[in-house]
Amino acid sequence: MDRDDEKLTAHRGLATWGEKLVPLGRFHEATAHAGRVLDGADRERERRAFAARRPDSTTVEGPYTRVAVFGGVYNNHCALEALLQAVRDDAVEAVYCLGDLGGFGPSPERVRPLLEQGGVLAIQGNYEESLAAGHDDCNCGYTDPRDNHFAEISYSYTAARTSAEFKRWMGDLPPRRRVWVGNREFLLVHGSPRRVNEFLFASTSPDPFLEVLLDQEGADGLLFTHTGLHWHRRLPSGRDAINAGVIGRPANDGRTSVWYTLIEASGDDVSITLKPLDYDYQKLIIEMRAEELPEEFIETIATGWWTTCLEILPAKERALSRY
Amino acid sequence: MPDLSPATPAEASSTAPWVELRSLDTLWFQVSGTVCNLACTHCFVSSSPTNHTHEALSLAEIVPYLEEGSALGVKEYYFTGGEPFLNPEMEQILEKTLEYGPATVLTNGLLLNPDRCRKLARMARDCRYSLDFRVSLDGYSAATNDPIRGAGTFERILAGISNLFKAGLNPVITVTEVYDDNGSIEGKTRFFALLAELGIEKPRLKMLPVFRIGAEAERTGAYESWQRLRTSDKPGSWDHLQCSSCRMVTDQGVWVCPILVNEPDGKMGAELADTLNAFAMTHSACWTCHVYGVSCKT
Ligand code: SF4
Repeated sequence: MDRDDEKLTAHRGLATWGEKLVPLGRFHEATAHAGRVLDGADRERERRAFAARRPDSTTVEGPYTRVAVFGGVYNNHCALEALLQAVRDDAVEAVYCLGDLGGFGPSPERVRPLLEQGGVLAIQGNYEESLAAGHDDCNCGYTDPRDNHFAEISYSYTAARTSAEFKRWMGDLPPRRRVWVGNREFLLVHGSPRRVNEFLFASTSPDPFLEVLLDQEGADGLLFTHTGLHWHRRLPSGRDAINAGVIGRPANDGRTSVWYTLIEASGDDVSITLKPLDYDYQKLIIEMRAEELPEEFIETIATGWWTTCLEILPAKERALSRY
Repeated sequence: MPDLSPATPAEASSTAPWVELRSLDTLWFQVSGTVCNLACTHCFVSSSPTNHTHEALSLAEIVPYLEEGSALGVKEYYFTGGEPFLNPEMEQILEKTLEYGPATVLTNGLLLNPDRCRKLARMARDCRYSLDFRVSLDGYSAATNDPIRGAGTFERILAGISNLFKAGLNPVITVTEVYDDNGSIEGKTRFFALLAELGIEKPRLKMLPVFRIGAEAERTGAYESWQRLRTSDKPGSWDHLQCSSCRMVTDQGVWVCPILVNEPDGKMGAELADTLNAFAMTHSACWTCHVYGVSCKT
C-alpha cells in the first residue's frame, strides 16, 4: 500500500478504531459486545432512579395568597425602590428576591437598606456566592471572552465597593427556598435546581426537561432568574415554570422597563402575572456616569437593548435582539 | 498493513478516573454516521466519503431515543456526523426533534443551498424551541482553510453561511485551533471581519481545541503516553466534562460522548437506560477535555 491508501481519511472500506484502520467487520464485532444491555425491568428501574425525587430538607414557607418574586437587582437601587412601591400597591404578603444583588449598576451598598426596609426574603445568586466566598470572578457562566470582559468589570467594581459586613450577610442567605401559594408549593432557585449558574431560556428549556426537574424536586412550580429574560409556561402536567425576570436591567426588548412576577392563589389554582415596572432610569444613568461605569452598560439602561452577555443567548432569543 | 492491536493499553483502565452521569442534558446523534462529503485532515472521527464505521440513522431509528431521552429530561439535541445533510431524512428528523426540544446541527455548510436554508428558517421560526446551526470553518482565507478542509471549500463554506444568513438564520461559526493564532484576539478579529464582509451583523463564533485522535493524529501526531487522566487527577468534580451530562447515539448503539465513537469501548449500551452508569476515562482525548475545559456543545 502506498502512503495515501493508509490515510485515515481514505478508508477504502476499512473502519476507524482510534488511531488505526481495521477491517469493518472487526470494528462491528467489537462494538456488538461492548457496553451493557439490561433487561426490561432493570431498564425501568434505571430510568426511574434517574428521574427520582431528590431529598431536600428546605422548610416550606407560607401559605400565602399573594407574593411577588423578582431577580437580578444588579445594584439598580432606583428600580428596587420602584419595585417596593409597586408590590405595596399589589398588596402582597411576601416579597422574594432570587439573587444577584450586585453587578452592572452603581453603588452596591444602597441596595441593602432597601431590602431590609422592604422585608425582602432573598436567596443567594452566583454573585452572592462569589462575593461571600471572596472569589475573583462572578461565576456567571459566560463562555465568550467579550462577555467575560464586561462581567469582570462589573464584578470587580461591585466587590471593591461592597462592605465585609454586607458580604457576610450575603453568605448567610439560603441557596433555595420553598413557598406555599394557595395549595401549590413553589421551589425558588437562582439558576436552576441543579446549578446556581445554569441558564434556563424559554427556547432551550423543553417541557419534558422541566417536568423532570419538578419531579426530582417534588414541587408544583419552579421560580428562577439568572438569564435576565422573563417567561412563564404552564406545563402539560399543570405545573408552572417561571423565569421571574430581573429588575436590574431591561429585558433586551427595546423598552426601558424591567420585570417582576406576581403569584396569586385563586381557588385550587394560581394565577401568574409577569409585570413590567417603570422606574427613574435617568437618575440611574446619571449615577452610572458619575461612577464611570462603561457606556455599554448605560446604553442598555437607556435603550432597553443588551450590548453585552449576548453570546449566551440561544438562536431564538438572539434573533430578537438588536446586537 | 493497518495495526490491529487494541487502542487502549490495558493498564489505562485500572488507573482511569470514573465520571458519573449527573443528568442527561445533551443527547447527540451521529446522524450521517461517519460518512462525509469532505475528508478534513483534522477530523477526530476521520469522517470521509468512504468511512462507513458508522452508518446514517433513520427517522424511525431516532424516534425511540427522542421518546426515551425526553422522559429522562434531555434539555437539547445535537446532530453531527459526517455531514448531517447527507442523511436524506435530515429535514424530517429536525422537524420531529423540535417537537421534543431545541436542536443544533453541526454542518460543513456545503449542502446549504438557498432553498434548503429557506425551509430551515421557516422551521426555526414556526417552532417554540431554538433551531440552531454551527458551520465549520478553519481559516479566514482559502490559503489557510483549504489545506485542512479541502480544495475550494473556503468559497463553498462562505456561500453556505451566506445562504443561511439571507434566509434569516444566524449560525455559530466553529473554528478549531488548527492554527495557533485562530483563537487569539487577532485571530478572532480576523474571523469577525470576514463575517462582517458577508454582512453578518451579529457574529457568533466558537473556538474548539483539536483532539489528536483519528485523522488529526496523522496530521500532527498522536498523544504522548503521559497524556491520560489518572485517578490522582482530582478536581472538585468532573462536571466540566461533557460526559457528565451527555450521551451519543449511533447506528450501533449509545456511546459515552461524541468524541469516542470510533473506540468500541466508548460504547455503553443499546438503549439510554443501559448507559446511565459511570464511565472510566481511559482515553487520551479525555485528557484534552479536562485540560482545555472543552465541551462540544455550543
Ligand atoms: S473524550 Fe471527553 S467527553 Fe468523552 S469520555 Fe473522555 S472526557 Fe468525557
